[in-house]
Amino acid sequence: MNDKMPILKISNLKKYFRTNAGIVKAVDGVSFIMEQGETLGLVGESGSGKSTIAYAVAGIYAPTSGQIFFQSFDISRPATKRSLSIKRSIQIVFQDPGTSLNPRRTIEQILMLPLNVHRIGSPKERRDLVYELLQKVQLPRDYANKAPGMLGGGERQMVAIARALATQPQLIILDEPTSALDVIIQAKIIKMLLTFQRELGLSYLFITHDLSLMRNVATRVAIMYLGKICELAPALEFFQRPLHPYTQMLLSSIPVVSKEEESLKPKKIQSRGEIPSPVNVPPGCSFHSRCPEAKEICKQIDPPMIELPGGHFVRCHLFS
Amino acid sequence: MLNQKIKMYSNSSRFPFENLKRSWYKFSRNPLSILGLGLLFIIILSALFAPWIAPYPQHAGKFIDLKERFQPPSTSHLCGTDSMGRDILTRILFGYRISLLLGVVVLSISVPIGVTIGMVAGYCKGTVIETICMRITDIFLSVPPLILAMAVASVLRPNLQNSMLAISLTWWPWYSRLIYGVVSGTRNEFFVQSAEIIGASKVHIMVRELFPQTISTLFTKVTLDMGYAILTGASLSFVGLGAQPPTPDLGTMVSEGSKFLPEQWWMSVFPALAIVLVILAFNLVGDGLRDLFSLERV
Amino acid sequence: MEPLLELKDLCISYKIYEGRMKVIDKVTLTVLPGEKIGIVGESGCGKTTTMKSILRILPPNGRVDSGQAFFKGKDLLKISDTDMQRIRGNGISMIFQDPTAALDPVFTVGDQLIAVIRYGSKVPINRREARTRAIAALKEAQMPDPERIMSNYPVQLSGGMRQRVCIAMALATEPELLIADEPTTSLDVTIQDQVLRLLHSLVERRKTSVIFITHNLGVVRVIADKVNVMYAGTIVESGHTQEIFTNPLHPYTVDLLAAMPRLSGGGLEERVPGRIPDYLNPPLGCRFQPRCTKAQLRCSLEKPKLVEAKPGHFVACFLEAGNE
Repeated sequence: MNDKMPILKISNLKKYFRTNAGIVKAVDGVSFIMEQGETLGLVGESGSGKSTIAYAVAGIYAPTSGQIFFQSFDISRPATKRSLSIKRSIQIVFQDPGTSLNPRRTIEQILMLPLNVHRIGSPKERRDLVYELLQKVQLPRDYANKAPGMLGGGERQMVAIARALATQPQLIILDEPTSALDVIIQAKIIKMLLTFQRELGLSYLFITHDLSLMRNVATRVAIMYLGKICELAPALEFFQRPLHPYTQMLLSSIPVVSKEEESLKPKKIQSRGEIPSPVNVPPGCSFHSRCPEAKEICKQIDPPMIELPGGHFVRCHLFS
Repeated sequence: MLNQKIKMYSNSSRFPFENLKRSWYKFSRNPLSILGLGLLFIIILSALFAPWIAPYPQHAGKFIDLKERFQPPSTSHLCGTDSMGRDILTRILFGYRISLLLGVVVLSISVPIGVTIGMVAGYCKGTVIETICMRITDIFLSVPPLILAMAVASVLRPNLQNSMLAISLTWWPWYSRLIYGVVSGTRNEFFVQSAEIIGASKVHIMVRELFPQTISTLFTKVTLDMGYAILTGASLSFVGLGAQPPTPDLGTMVSEGSKFLPEQWWMSVFPALAIVLVILAFNLVGDGLRDLFSLERV
Repeated sequence: MEPLLELKDLCISYKIYEGRMKVIDKVTLTVLPGEKIGIVGESGCGKTTTMKSILRILPPNGRVDSGQAFFKGKDLLKISDTDMQRIRGNGISMIFQDPTAALDPVFTVGDQLIAVIRYGSKVPINRREARTRAIAALKEAQMPDPERIMSNYPVQLSGGMRQRVCIAMALATEPELLIADEPTTSLDVTIQDQVLRLLHSLVERRKTSVIFITHNLGVVRVIADKVNVMYAGTIVESGHTQEIFTNPLHPYTVDLLAAMPRLSGGGLEERVPGRIPDYLNPPLGCRFQPRCTKAQLRCSLEKPKLVEAKPGHFVACFLEAGNE
């Protein structure tokens, strides 16, 4: 086990939103630890809360309760109230390349912003640093003068990644970075991200709904449903021995291309039922209304998180 | 999506100004916009060069020629003469100077105030600052320009400067509302949140990230507003609260001429037409600009 | 068997400020009755454009430059507007990617279903009869409590349910051909699986032909027996789905499959990257040639045609099937 301090520690994090329809419990008691240099994958469907956790770590939301620790610092507050050095260490890449870059600024101005804010390099050097960043993501120098509207979706996302790297962060949150992109450009970007991780010792909090992608990117995977983690395990273990019925349901629904992959999917559970709205979370285990293995106890008591050997956590009455 | 590709071609500049040829192409697709632009050109040039192109420049000030009063339109006086014998066409040209000056001054005062207040309110959405800003905006919105101008006139003397002041006071809240709408909408976009996460200061975000999003809407509204500011100014002078005689002011001219309707019709009709023309010109150009700035496929 | 739909050398372009974007370049496609085919390709390759041209719902600056689109023997591009109107929703139905945008938010689901049924029917139907049919269609689409759904507004339903309503609407008029344009892309994975299986069973039962458009190769494998791979406005490979995925011949298909992340670990392979060609000035020869590692001189001068390289497996590539 690593005796370095974990880079991220989430402790019973809760984030509730007040809406006209009621209280939305987007994140309802999530705890996990992230080690330095690993890629922790968060997987889930609509309403699972995976993006909310990412935004809470990034500082877009302040937690309703619970704590977020970055190394030894308590960062359970919005980004505007965090210190500059913390802001430098945690960066984010958003899902939609269309709106994550200001359409009215040039690429150079966009990449210059983090350098200026954190005073990286002397003002004279910053221009060269911008070119270096462009080169790092394999974009030509003359892109510096273009507006985001002139770039394709994949190229914009590369600029977003370059911007995230500009402050030399330690933790990068990637919220579905390639979901809006085509498969071939996705391969290029993922390869790039993995290379950077190796070279710079980065830690990634990686969110996606694409399980095949997760399989090739993450070191550990956590699956979420309606604001709670159902299962958390090392990647290989997660895919080869999924324990939670929701994990099995999700894995059995993935569209795959080859018979080989088809045979890897769990067979016994097929997807059924609708995803309930996070405003009306059923009592007991939030999954019981769709679970084919549901028992009486599941409708009443929310199961606790159990740790099994091999760092495999599961929250299900079948195992408690 | 192929749609995105096509939009990529259209959006290949930050601001439409940077790609004048394409902007002109878009603008010129609508013949009415060209008409408006032409009209505007003529009006502005006439106003600028009035002292040199007006047929009787001395009629613009104190001038009386009782022999020539109440002349109908003729070859020597294209728009006729008024009760003092002054050439109406000349006075219209000089009147345009007053009107355009009023429009420019009013907007130069009200736009910066309104934009700043709206921007701060939109960015600080959900806080006390927003409430204060927008409630002050609401208060000023509820005051009709005419009433305020009369109040100002009763305190100070009625003249052109005070009427411009009064109109500016009632004009800025519209900009506050407009900018507030745009900013509070874009405030939660990913690129703004990125800037916050990077650690940019609030001032930077408002000036560099948010303000550029408002420029196109602002520009269009300012252009359309010029016409309405001029109309409001003319309304004030119609009731005697604007420029005082003998300064040639379009509204005052209409007012004076109305006493002599319908026999000496030219004294009201031509100044009124002049007002209509200038408002029409600004409206047509403003519409064209709005089409230009819409990021649609060409 | 007489083909239900036959596209022959379709060429489509869009007019923009800089000129004409020649998007679709001689697309040839055949759909037999009861056949389910897929069209896969990345965004911007023209899949939706081709379908919209068949139904004549291209945007104003789009134009079919040449080619024919035969539906049951009649060229859809040449018939009158009234005849075309009769075919839309009746002979050919379409479902779109975003069910929220496809449903009118101010009318109830029931009203919209009834309208579609009555409008698309060949004989006049009264409201009561249409209502019965609508409820039956919803039941067939596996909607829980169809009576209640009839009086719901689209905004009250989840994404998956809305898409099921769209499917019910599209199939209510018993079309011979259903065009599904990325119908599950905006849905969650588990819901996507359910909707795909539903679609599959519905068209199986009615023997409706389907053209299924998607950029997700795994999804097309669920529905389609045959698949056409499209690149930059041309069909580069065509054949039985499993055959194409196990033995891809065209370099683009090979790249596509290599780039996909695999559940078994692997994939995400980056070959020669590049962008889709500039449609304003497309390459003279093969449109994939600028990105192709195996390109030869002939590829930049001549356009390869779809040729049968193996039984039932067509490729448009000089290397794989030398067009003599």
